[in-house]
Amino acid sequence: MRLTALTFTAAVALANVTFAETVAPSDVSFGEGGAIEQSLTGVAGDPVNGKDVIVNKGRGNCVACHSSEAWADTPFHGEVGPLLDGVGDRWSAAELRGILANAKNTFEGTIMPAYYKVDGFTRPGNAYTGKAAEGALDPLLSAQEIEDVVAFLSTLKE
Amino acid sequence: MKLKTITAIAAALFATTAIADEDAELVINGDLEIVTKTAAPAHLSDALDEIMSGWRFRSDGTQAMQMDDFDNPGMAAVDGAAEAWATVEGEKGKSCASCHGDVAESMVGVRAVYPKWNEKAGEVRTLAMQINDCRENQMGAKAYGYTSGDMAAMEALLSVQSRGMPVNVAIDGPVAATWEKGKELYYTRFGQLDLSCANCHEDNYGNMIRADHLSQGQINGFPAYRLKNTKLNTVHDRFKGCVRDTRAETFKPGGAEFIALELYVASRGNGLSVEGPSVRN
Ligand code: HEC
Ligand code: HEC
Ligand code: HEC
Repeated sequence: MRLTALTFTAAVALANVTFAETVAPSDVSFGEGGAIEQSLTGVAGDPVNGKDVIVNKGRGNCVACHSSEAWADTPFHGEVGPLLDGVGDRWSAAELRGILANAKNTFEGTIMPAYYKVDGFTRPGNAYTGKAAEGALDPLLSAQEIEDVVAFLSTLKE
Repeated sequence: MKLKTITAIAAALFATTAIADEDAELVINGDLEIVTKTAAPAHLSDALDEIMSGWRFRSDGTQAMQMDDFDNPGMAAVDGAAEAWATVEGEKGKSCASCHGDVAESMVGVRAVYPKWNEKAGEVRTLAMQINDCRENQMGAKAYGYTSGDMAAMEALLSVQSRGMPVNVAIDGPVAATWEKGKELYYTRFGQLDLSCANCHEDNYGNMIRADHLSQGQINGFPAYRLKNTKLNTVHDRFKGCVRDTRAETFKPGGAEFIALELYVASRGNGLSVEGPSVRN
């Protein structure tokens, strides 16, 4: 009983710390070429979860547009975007973070959606319901999910 | 009934895995030649060289279903609509046939030029609007739901009378303003995914997006029987789905935006044959 309560308090405290360091979508600062130097959470990314975000239809669904040997076991790869093999050589973590948060800062006019952006859209909907969004939008991925994907992509070396 | 559904499901599975033959030619019932690829109309020539029907992007199995009316699951609705055509409904005791006679004579070429300007009403009319105008004002009958099965079936019946004829919608004169509005909608990026119709159907046709082989999003084949939902689908139903998939608040079927968009998208297909009812996945 006592112990659970303690653990609980500790978890809340930890969560608060994490929360305090999370950079909100509107506070992100993009540098040269659209890169984001600072981690969005201060917590190291988890590459295993990052891969899941990439291949999972209900999460990042990056596989809709991108192929890679790293997720060859996932069926139906899209070919709208480039192969992501070796992407960890081509881009630094800061650049990858920027591409994920808002790829339009790196590739002008790109079809790739912005995963950490909550305003400036025309007729934003309530997810895939076709109805109008209610209240403030959540970004497509959370700050930690972005960090996790960056961590995974950084492992993709030739 | 049951068997049909199962076949459709099996076909749908097949459709997503097989690779499309973009060079195949469509001939229906062995003699009706359908133009599924041709030079882009002048208004589109700075964006595209060629226009292609969605049929070209479907798998061999799905393509084959449209080559014979006995295999085309959309044709059952045409038979139903032929009955509706001759059925008296509404306060005025009339059927479509009372005024228009044999559909195979009076409706030849009609589908190919819609949406079009209606002088008396002073508006751009889609085929669905015209059908409902006749039902309400000529027959005193209830309008069909804009994207209902009855509407899709009647559109299919009218479509068949123009099959093989080139789509030829007017884009100038009194429809010019509506056409411009439709064009603007086509290139506007909607929703949280921030995507325009052009992002997928102009910049990326021929590419796979996950399991879907992207076509040019043409509407010469509508109404379209989709293996996915095993029914005939109207144009505005399709538009609604595509806008929804950008995580956007979609527009209302039958509303001003989709009417304008339909006119514009139809005009991107000027020169392709009317194909409906088509088969798609
Ligand atoms: C709608 C299609 C689409 C989706 C979905 C998409 N991307 Fe992209 N992505 C692109 C395109 C297209 C490019 C190429 C940039 C350009 O020129 O537009 C790109 C570029 C990239 C690049 C740079 C690649 C290189 O080699 O230079 C990375 C990294 C990337 N995307 C990661 C992702 C991740 C991770 C996701 C999921 C969270 C994702 N993308 C989702 C279309 C997409
Ligand atoms: C009482 C007579 C009458 C009945 C009944 C009637 N219509 Fe009409 N229809 C007309 C007239 C008159 C026009 C021309 C109207 C106009 O230009 O506004 C017309 C026009 C049309 C057109 C457009 C033809 C073109 O060349 O643009 C279509 C399509 C059509 N009707 C379909 C139907 C259908 C389907 C039904 C049955 C559900 C039906 N009509 C019932 C009188 C009728
Ligand atoms: C994210 C990509 C995407 C966007 C954006 C998009 N669509 Fe689509 N659309 C698809 C896919 C995938 C299909 C099914 C495969 C195909 O025919 O391309 C499709 C199918 C269609 C079809 C059916 C074509 C046929 O021959 O059966 C039409 C019509 C269409 N789209 C119109 C539009 C319009 C109009 C817009 C803009 C409001 C739009 N789409 C936006 C992905 C998209």
